Amino acid sequence: MNISEATNLEGAAGNAMDETLEVKGKSLWLDAWERLKKDRKAIICLAIVIFYALIALLSAMGIIASDWGKEVGPSYAPPSADFWMGTDIFGRSVLTKIIHGTQVAMSVGLISSLIAIPIGVFLGAIAGYFGGWVDELVVWFYTTFSSIPQIMLLMSIAFIMGKGITTVYIALGLTSWIGLARLIRGEVMKHKDRDYVQAAGSLGAGHGRKLFKHILPNVSHIVIIFTSLQFQVAIKSEVILSYLGLGVSGQPSWGKMIDDAKLELARDVWWQLAGATAAMFFVVLAFNILGDSLRDALDPKLKGKD
Amino acid sequence: MNSTWNYILRRILYLIPVLLGVCFLIFVLFNVVAGDPTGILLGKHASASQMAELREQLGLNKPMFMQYLDVVKSAFTFDFGRSWATKQQISSMLAQGAIPSLSVTLPGFFLATVVSVLLSTVVAYFRGKGIDLFIRILTIGMMSISSLVYIMVFQWLFAFKLGWFEISGYEYSFPEVMPYITLPIIIWIVLSLGPDVRFYRTLILDEMYQDYVRTARAKGVSEKMILLKHVLRNAMIPILTYTVVQLPFLLLGSILLESFFSIPGLGNMVINALNSSDFPVLKAITVLSAVAYIIFTLVQDVLYTVVDPRVKLK
Repeated sequence: MNISEATNLEGAAGNAMDETLEVKGKSLWLDAWERLKKDRKAIICLAIVIFYALIALLSAMGIIASDWGKEVGPSYAPPSADFWMGTDIFGRSVLTKIIHGTQVAMSVGLISSLIAIPIGVFLGAIAGYFGGWVDELVVWFYTTFSSIPQIMLLMSIAFIMGKGITTVYIALGLTSWIGLARLIRGEVMKHKDRDYVQAAGSLGAGHGRKLFKHILPNVSHIVIIFTSLQFQVAIKSEVILSYLGLGVSGQPSWGKMIDDAKLELARDVWWQLAGATAAMFFVVLAFNILGDSLRDALDPKLKGKD
Repeated sequence: MNSTWNYILRRILYLIPVLLGVCFLIFVLFNVVAGDPTGILLGKHASASQMAELREQLGLNKPMFMQYLDVVKSAFTFDFGRSWATKQQISSMLAQGAIPSLSVTLPGFFLATVVSVLLSTVVAYFRGKGIDLFIRILTIGMMSISSLVYIMVFQWLFAFKLGWFEISGYEYSFPEVMPYITLPIIIWIVLSLGPDVRFYRTLILDEMYQDYVRTARAKGVSEKMILLKHVLRNAMIPILTYTVVQLPFLLLGSILLESFFSIPGLGNMVINALNSSDFPVLKAITVLSAVAYIIFTLVQDVLYTVVDPRVKLK
């Protein structure tokens, strides 16, 4: 991204040499985009993700579903023309709760990614670049983290911090950077002795510049693939945390709606479970397929290697 | 062979820093960050002197370094002290919980692995064709539904509505236990199928593009024979090593399954410990599962190098 932005500016100056650079600089991401565009299912999935993101955004701004706490009808009214997805025990609209749950789900995916990415990229990058004792230390650090089963670590962190949405963000963020660090470390290792990095070095670039300005943009596709998969992991984990009583509190979420169903099913109240499951199904499916397609488009070598 | 032994020895020595690290992480979480648990344990109306007394009893007044050493010691001796909630010896609670957990997860794991390997072999044979596409879509769709939903709906439908199985409970004797654990085992298989088939399919397909397959094809070996005699045999190496690392998780059982079906295993212990702020039990299960994981990863690495001579030692 840095390369293409910089060359765009210089290309505007009309220099012939910069023009060739511009073509090259663009081709990295444009190529990938073109490959992705040909993949029809990927585009459909991207559209679904954007749709959910829009709903989440509108809900976060208070334009829709801000009245999720309002009693709109009788308790446990089945789906009908008045209540498209029925009502819950307090007579609240299930549809409105699902919309608010979309906001919770997307924010959990986004913020846990924003926590995991800096940690994973930084540790993976310095380990791969410097090697030696730095590498040993980082590998030891993530081996330690990954030795504790993720569910136990997630539960322990959530338990200690107490319930609430901030806890969900932090617990998920702190348990999901390990895979990213591993992948980034491997890629940086491959890149650090390549010609372009040596060229940058002989032009006087220091370690920081070589690593952050030259190598990282070339491995950044891993971050995009990671984010797509992290969203679906986070959304699914929110449900588990809700069941364990360590999830979101004071507002509806898909996890809490699914958790409510353990008492509702015996009374033949299925609509809250069905609604939240369906809402979750499409976005998790979309992120799953999109993650695979992004991997194929951005880095064919990584195909199938998780 | 000498280098293999060197590698194994170095790998075993590496267990020590990792184990110390795991203990440190657990210590930081439960002894440093978690703060003073006496307030929760004694309730709102506890006096300051009561709380001080309990702190002394629980060993929370010891210097931080000694508390860390206690965690390390427990990882080597498996002596985790007593539960705060039930006052029982934790090591005997763990031993008791292991059997119900394994009675669900071992058969579930074994059957799921067999079914997944068979399915992914079929899918790999028909790669790119209709059935391959169908199973790929099915598995990815199955993985897009929360595991909690499977458990709830299966329990509601097969146990509550149809009455084919017991809704919850457990028996410690063999034939009597079946109505209690059959449904959890089925759910375990259904939950494993999605990720397993996807993973094994890529493993098998990876092998299909190796040189020896091309050679076999050039010799005129039929596609079926190539798959069964050559590909599957070679793919068994990563499949077996992958299953080895999963074994420690079987001990922990499925926390969700055990809680829904009231199976008195380690997973249920975790839930109870969470609800009663029983730190020693949570710490013990975390330490135990980490130790098991570390040991089984070591076994996996060693197996890999012994079974597959192509693996380079570093």
